[in-house]
Parts: sequence; C-alpha cells; structure tokens
Amino acid sequence: MGWVDYDRWEEILGSLSRHKMRTALTALGVFWGLFMLVLLMAASSGLENGVEYEFRDDAINSLWIRPGRTTKPWKGLPEGRQLFFSNTEFSRIAALPGVEHATARYYLSGDQTVTYGDKVLSFPVRAVHPGHQYLENTIMVEGRYLNDQDVEGVRKVAVIGERLKDELFGDENDVIGKELQIGSTMYTIVGLYTDTGSEYETRVLYIPVSTAQRIYAGTDRVHQILLTTGEMPFDDMQVLEQEIRQLLAASLIFDPEDQRAIWVNNRAEEYREITGLLRVIRLFGWLVSLGSILAGIIGVSNIMLIIVRDRTREIGIRKALGATPASVVGMILQEALVITSVAGYLGICCGVLVVSLLRGIEEGYFRSPEVDWKIAFSALMVLVISGLLAGWMPARRASQIHPVEAMKA
Amino acid sequence: MLELHNIRKTYVSGAQQTEVLKGVDLLVEEGELVSIMGSSGSGKSTLLNILGILDEYDSGSYKLDSTLIRDLSQARAAHFRNRLIGFVFQSFNLLPFKSAWENVALPLYYQKVDRKERRRRALEYLDRVGLSDRAEHYPNQLSGGQQQRVAIARALIGKPRLILADEPTGALDSTTSDEVMQLFREVHAAGNTILIVTHEQEIAAMTPRVIHLKDGMVVNDVRQNVKA
Repeated sequence: MGWVDYDRWEEILGSLSRHKMRTALTALGVFWGLFMLVLLMAASSGLENGVEYEFRDDAINSLWIRPGRTTKPWKGLPEGRQLFFSNTEFSRIAALPGVEHATARYYLSGDQTVTYGDKVLSFPVRAVHPGHQYLENTIMVEGRYLNDQDVEGVRKVAVIGERLKDELFGDENDVIGKELQIGSTMYTIVGLYTDTGSEYETRVLYIPVSTAQRIYAGTDRVHQILLTTGEMPFDDMQVLEQEIRQLLAASLIFDPEDQRAIWVNNRAEEYREITGLLRVIRLFGWLVSLGSILAGIIGVSNIMLIIVRDRTREIGIRKALGATPASVVGMILQEALVITSVAGYLGICCGVLVVSLLRGIEEGYFRSPEVDWKIAFSALMVLVISGLLAGWMPARRASQIHPVEAMKA
Repeated sequence: MLELHNIRKTYVSGAQQTEVLKGVDLLVEEGELVSIMGSSGSGKSTLLNILGILDEYDSGSYKLDSTLIRDLSQARAAHFRNRLIGFVFQSFNLLPFKSAWENVALPLYYQKVDRKERRRRALEYLDRVGLSDRAEHYPNQLSGGQQQRVAIARALIGKPRLILADEPTGALDSTTSDEVMQLFREVHAAGNTILIVTHEQEIAAMTPRVIHLKDGMVVNDVRQNVKA
C-alpha cells in the first residue's frame, strides 16, 4: 500500500477522528514539546541579542583612561590634587608597544551651536585623533575621516554623522567640501559617517583635537585617552594597564599605587564577562531545549506504548480478517506519523506566532527574539522519528501475536 | 473441501508439554453445515484456530480447498484468511469505532476493493442479515443479536470458501440464538460451507452433522436429520 493510498488515509483519518482523546493526548505531547522549544529558543536568542546589542558599539579590546584626584601624598605633593592629561601623556601612551590605535578626546562643554545656511541647531562635538575611528566603530560613508595632517596642521575640518546631515542639510546631497559653522568658527566638511551604535552617535561632529584645544581652550589638555590593543591577550592587557599607570605616575608625579589618581576602564574585562555571559545563555538555551525535546520524546514514546496496548484487540480482529503484520505495523506508524508531524508543525507555528507578538519588546537585555527554523524542524524530525521508533517495537510485537490471543485482550 | 489427516498439536509451556490434538482426521465436503462439540479442554478451540489458519499444527496435513495449509508466512496466512475463511466469534469482535457497514466492509478493505464498492456490497450483505436500516449505527447502538448478525455479514462479504463460527450464540439469549442459527441455516442453504464450534446441545441439534471431540481426538461423527 502506497503513501497516496486514498483508502489508507481514509482509514487513518477515521481512526484518528474517532479516538479523539488518544489523538489529542499524543498531539499535545508533541505540540507542547515543540511549542516550548520554540519559545525557549526565542527567549535565549532574545537575551543573547539584547546583551550583544548593549555592547555592540564600542571596540572590544580597549583601554579608556581618564585623570582623577590623588588620594595619597607623593614626593612632597599633597593628596587631593586634581590631575590633568596633556598631549605629552597622549604621545607617550600612544608610543607604547602593543598599542594599536590611540586617540585623545577633548570635550567641548555641552552641545555646540552649529549653523548651516539659515539653519541653526545644536550638536555634540568631539575633538579627537584619527585613531578614534577605530574606537567607536565609525564607518565612513563618504569622504574621509580625520587624518594626522588635520591634527598637525590644526585644520578646521569636520566629519559629520548621517543623522546630523539629515537634520542640518535635509535633502541636500554632496555635503563633502561644504562649510558649516561650529560656534563662531567655520569648518569644512571632509567626511560623512555612520555608526553601529545608537542614534546619538550619528549626531556627533568630529573635529581634530588640536583645533579644539587651540580655538576653544588655548591649552594642550585632553580629557581622556583611549586606545585599542588588537588581538592582545587579556593577561597582556593587564600588564599594559600597569605600564600605563607607571608611565603616568612618573609623568604626573603621583603614587603608582594610588588607584584613584587615574581611572582605567579595561573594556577587555567587560568583553570577557559579556562573552562568558553569552556562552552561559547559549548553553542554558541548549540545555532547556534538549530537555524539552527529551520530554517530548518520552511523552510520545509513552503514548505510543499505550496506544498499541489499547489497540491489541483491534489488531487481532484485523488480522483475523486478513490484515498482514506489515499492514498492521504500517497503519499504526502512519497514524503516529500523521499526529506527530501535524501536531509538531502546529506547535512550531504557534510558538513562532507568540514569538512574533513578542518581537516588539526591547526591554533591557532582551531584544529581537529569533527562532532558528532549522533547529525547530530538526527537533520535529527527532520527535517524529522517536515516535515512530517508540511505536514500531510494540506495534511489531502486537502484529506478531496470535489473533485469538489478541482478541481476548 | 476440507481435509485433515492426523493433525497433532502440542503446547509447550516451560518444562510442561501438553498434547492438545492427538491425531485428528476430518473430512468436510463443500456445502456442509457441521458442528464440532466438546467440553473445554477437548481441543476444539485449538482445532478451530488451526482450521482458521490462526495457529499452526505440528504434524499431519490440512488441505483447504485442495491447498495445503502448512508453514505459511504471516503475510500468506493473512491472505488465505482473507480470501478463504470468514470468522464469526462468540464476542462478535466488531470494531467499536466503526459503523455497522464499515465493520462489514473491513475484509474487502484488505482485498483492496475501493470504498464505493465496499459500501455497496456491505449494504447488500447487511440487507441479507436484515439490518439494512442499521448501516450507520455503531456496535454499541446495536443489540447482541444485531451485532452478531453484523459479524455474520462481515464473515460472508468476502465470499469465503469456509465459514468458521466459534460459539456464535454463546453470548446470546435463547430467542436471539435461534434467530442467529436460523440465519446460519439460510446461509448454508445458499451453498456455503459452515463449521460451528459449540458446547450447546441445542445448537448442535440444528446442524445435519455433529463431530464430537474428546481429549484431542474425534470420538464420534454423527449425521442426523434436522427439521427445517
């Protein structure tokens, strides 16, 4: 009897519809297993995406250094002294072996008034070195980023973000080479960038650090020094951090043991924690998924055993009337196949439906839950096959017993 | 039509061997209506199972319709059961989730007759046993006598060479029993070969030939006149 045997299907659908309880119980086992699997997969991927999203923006292996206030007297100098970085400190740190890209940041206080044509808006301005591009994952769309000549020549050039361009220039294209005014100084736009980070990141104007120092402060101070270290191992980064402390302690004259004199934020540590956390989430997701598949397998196997025992008498009658053992086994398995695959498919669909309703949720570390269809359908296959295997053995045994004995059951 | 020569059958359970049939010889001609009598333990159920190709025998020979029934594969045995034999059981053995006509039609399903034809013939045979108005009823909506008539229709529908009935009236009251036996006689009158296993004297009295079985042997083979 083939698969497209109309009679066989009629027989099976009839049998399923007239044993509603049995059908429902089997279906529920598979349905629930896959429904939960989909939800759990989505939950763990949502968590994973959320955590990844929170940390997507910043370059990973990086040190962020800013000056603090001394808490210990040192070499005749009193405690409580506010420290400042200058270009000197930046150049020394940038020259350390192992430093990949380095930049200083000079902050202009608050947003700056930016004027183009008759539009006057305010935007944040960051004065940086060319190396800054790698610290913020700034992606150039048009033109170029700041370069060393800009810094050395104290050029009045600016790199603008897409969001700023939209707000300030509207539909106007070809902004490269146009001039805009920051405060009272005219800058030439040399580049347009986008950023993987938040919307705020593409409102920022970048100008050379030297330009800001000269025009807005008249000092050589910088507020922050940032650097990346490429593929440097975690332990080496801690060594580098110590080297930087020593270097700054010597340069700015403070006790190298004074932890509050400067602040070093080692992003590698965070990165390691985050990737560790992601690994745990993924592992947890897998464990729970495996658990729900296993529960499904056990459920289906159990119900198949019960079904076959329940049908022993029917099998005896059918055999007496001329059913071959193969047709008996085939009938039971085909029924199992129909229930498990239909119920499993519905389980996946309902799960996906619920997940799509949750899609809009972006709460803290939870966003864009995703369902891996491949895994969902693999799980379906596993459940269907285990249902078949679980049904096959007792069905075969039942098909072998004498019709007379089977009918006494 | 049906030839048994020196049929022997021993059941082994653990160390214990029980010889249930000790050389049964039997010849049944086409169109006969025979009852097989015996007390429990006489081996009549075993004999019925062998006749019905539901069980195998150890030695001897069994020919049904000049086909030697011996060492058949399960599939082959199923085929012969389907084509050659119609069963009627004491406990009716209808499938509870199928309607009367679907139960009657079941043997045709295994003959791969298409559904329309199955229904047509099932209704025809239900009509023959006087239940054409019950075609869509389920077994639990029918009385015992009606259920057994459905079972008889099911036994007849495949046009078997032999109808085997195992205590067909065992679960029925006497009035209903008479009705069922009357039906068997009608079926017999239409030319069918029927073997009825029973332990009831009244039933055996209604068949022209009675075979007595005792301790695994045929001890008596009586032909009698039966009033119509």
